[in-house]
Amino acid sequence: MPAYYKMEFEKPLDELDQQIEAAESQLKAVTARAENPEARESLSDENVLLLQGQIDRLRDQREGLLASLYQKLGPWETVRVARHPKRPQTRDYIELITKDFCELHGDRRFGDDPAMVTGFARIGKQRVLVVGHQKGRTTQEKIACHFGCAHPEGYRKALLKMQLAEKYHLPIVTFVDTPGAYPGIGAEQRGQAEAIAVNLREMSRLKTPIVSIVIGEGGSGGALGIAVADRVAMMQFAWYSVISPEGCAAILWKEANEQTNSAAAAALRLTAKDNLELGIIDAIIPEPVGGSHRDQTGAAKNLEAWVLSALEELKGLSGDDLIAHRYARFRKLGQFAEV
Amino acid sequence: MTTSPTPPSTTAPASSAAALAATTAKAGKRPAVRTWSDLRSETATRRSAIPEGLWLRCPGCSQMIYRRQMEANLHCCPECQHHYRLSASERVKQLTDPNTFEPMWQGLRPTDPLKFRDLKPYPERLAAEAVKSGVNEGCLAGTGFIKGRPVMLACLDLSFMLGSMGSVVGEIITRAIEHATAENLPLVIVSCSGGARMQESGLSLMQMAKTSAALARYDEAGGLFISVLTDPTTGGVTASFAMLGDIIFAEPKALIGFAGPRVIQQTIRQELPDGFQRSEYLLTAGIVDRVVARPQLRTEIARVIDYAGK
Ligand SMILES: [Zn+2]
Repeated sequence: MPAYYKMEFEKPLDELDQQIEAAESQLKAVTARAENPEARESLSDENVLLLQGQIDRLRDQREGLLASLYQKLGPWETVRVARHPKRPQTRDYIELITKDFCELHGDRRFGDDPAMVTGFARIGKQRVLVVGHQKGRTTQEKIACHFGCAHPEGYRKALLKMQLAEKYHLPIVTFVDTPGAYPGIGAEQRGQAEAIAVNLREMSRLKTPIVSIVIGEGGSGGALGIAVADRVAMMQFAWYSVISPEGCAAILWKEANEQTNSAAAAALRLTAKDNLELGIIDAIIPEPVGGSHRDQTGAAKNLEAWVLSALEELKGLSGDDLIAHRYARFRKLGQFAEV
Repeated sequence: MTTSPTPPSTTAPASSAAALAATTAKAGKRPAVRTWSDLRSETATRRSAIPEGLWLRCPGCSQMIYRRQMEANLHCCPECQHHYRLSASERVKQLTDPNTFEPMWQGLRPTDPLKFRDLKPYPERLAAEAVKSGVNEGCLAGTGFIKGRPVMLACLDLSFMLGSMGSVVGEIITRAIEHATAENLPLVIVSCSGGARMQESGLSLMQMAKTSAALARYDEAGGLFISVLTDPTTGGVTASFAMLGDIIFAEPKALIGFAGPRVIQQTIRQELPDGFQRSEYLLTAGIVDRVVARPQLRTEIARVIDYAGK
């Protein structure tokens, strides 16, 4: 884990790790001495056994602590996990769950936005079109991807390829992972708002199955711009909301700091559980103990299982049925009183 | 994303009042039900709802102007045509023929589905906003006539929580679109909004998908949607129905964008170009069809309705 990404709530875990490390190096020292015939007399096998027992107990304790820490993650802690630099990104999931990925580039109008990845792929036996935000792993990639903030050409590229999928009756799988659409001069000039709006309208009438998964961050319109789907799921420790906790804190609390960010994260009801309760998503995909950043393969396995079952559910529906159900799904969202 | 409005531009344009005077209802096949001079005399005698001074300094030209005169001039500065912000009811009054507007879905009220609490609980904010603005939510919709042409009209209201879109605004806009679809009416939506409403979080966000999906159906039915963007239109409203007009008009110098200027500045850490995100800039960028000054708005809407054969 990179030193620059520390999560406060994992502190007790770090302490245990240190204890385990200390005990292990002690054991190493003891066994090293045991190999020295002159020193052999001075230690007993009991000593080694004792140390080994201690390490086992510490490891059990650590496992229990890890599980319990992640079982009761607060909303702000969840946001921190969702942004973990080792968390699997779109390209990781493509690598882990698809075969024969055929990447398709460009919006045919302006350029190719690396913050939006699109292409044909196979999941199991199913041919699909994959669309997803890419945040980037290396510094260079992160900068090219604007940390997962897509430009209008990214949204237009996504739509162009999704319309292709509709034409060839391919289901669409989208991976949502963005702090938000990019706020910049070029983005505004090229119609960021229009690009997102058009995606919302056009996705609602694509006559092919669409399933979306918020894999990390689901920041506002930039997330929704590829998430108007028949089935929407969130990874257990992802977040999805109208604004980031920091953005919300800066406006409503007049200042974004650790305390107000945490308050805003709680107020926004942005966790997977909250979004499920509000009817915004249909399912929560469980993550491996301690989060997907600890076990990318485990996370991918769970995600793949959900995608396949969601696609199976939608398989029998005609294009007209699909868009009728999709319309109804979003039409009912919202809560108000009528007097 | 919700953004705070910025104060109107301080650069004084040299435009004359002649443009205003030139605008009458003479275009169009059908007779206008009401002329601008009728409207002017109407607003001139109406008591101002704003309990401020009789005189105000125009942010457009820095001149002291007489409030009544500004109000009588469609809430535009008589000197420089600076467009003052309008309440939804004032907007409806300006756009529709007298006594033709029939408000709909006025019984919709916001609730507090998330039990949202920042420095103040959401229900307290809602109550305070209702008292301050005199309306119950940020959208007024209904059917009416514009220069004799029947329309479905919806206007956002900045005076209620900055015209932000929560469940109620999203629902009213959606119903307006569905009604226009069912009744085969041209749809006019006048937007002004800080964006999606944070206090309803994910549910606000979903209103973007809901309204846009309704517009897809309206489009399938061959509907004509005229989207009028006014100062300011930002965030989730811009990134959904407001940008989906078949025809998009913008009032002069209105701030229109996805991200607010402050957010952009904080992100890129450089000065924004002059006039950035203003209507005229968007016109050059190819994002809006026409910049339409308030006195021409009725005529222009009617003209497009006629061209579309609606
Ligand atoms: Zn002026």
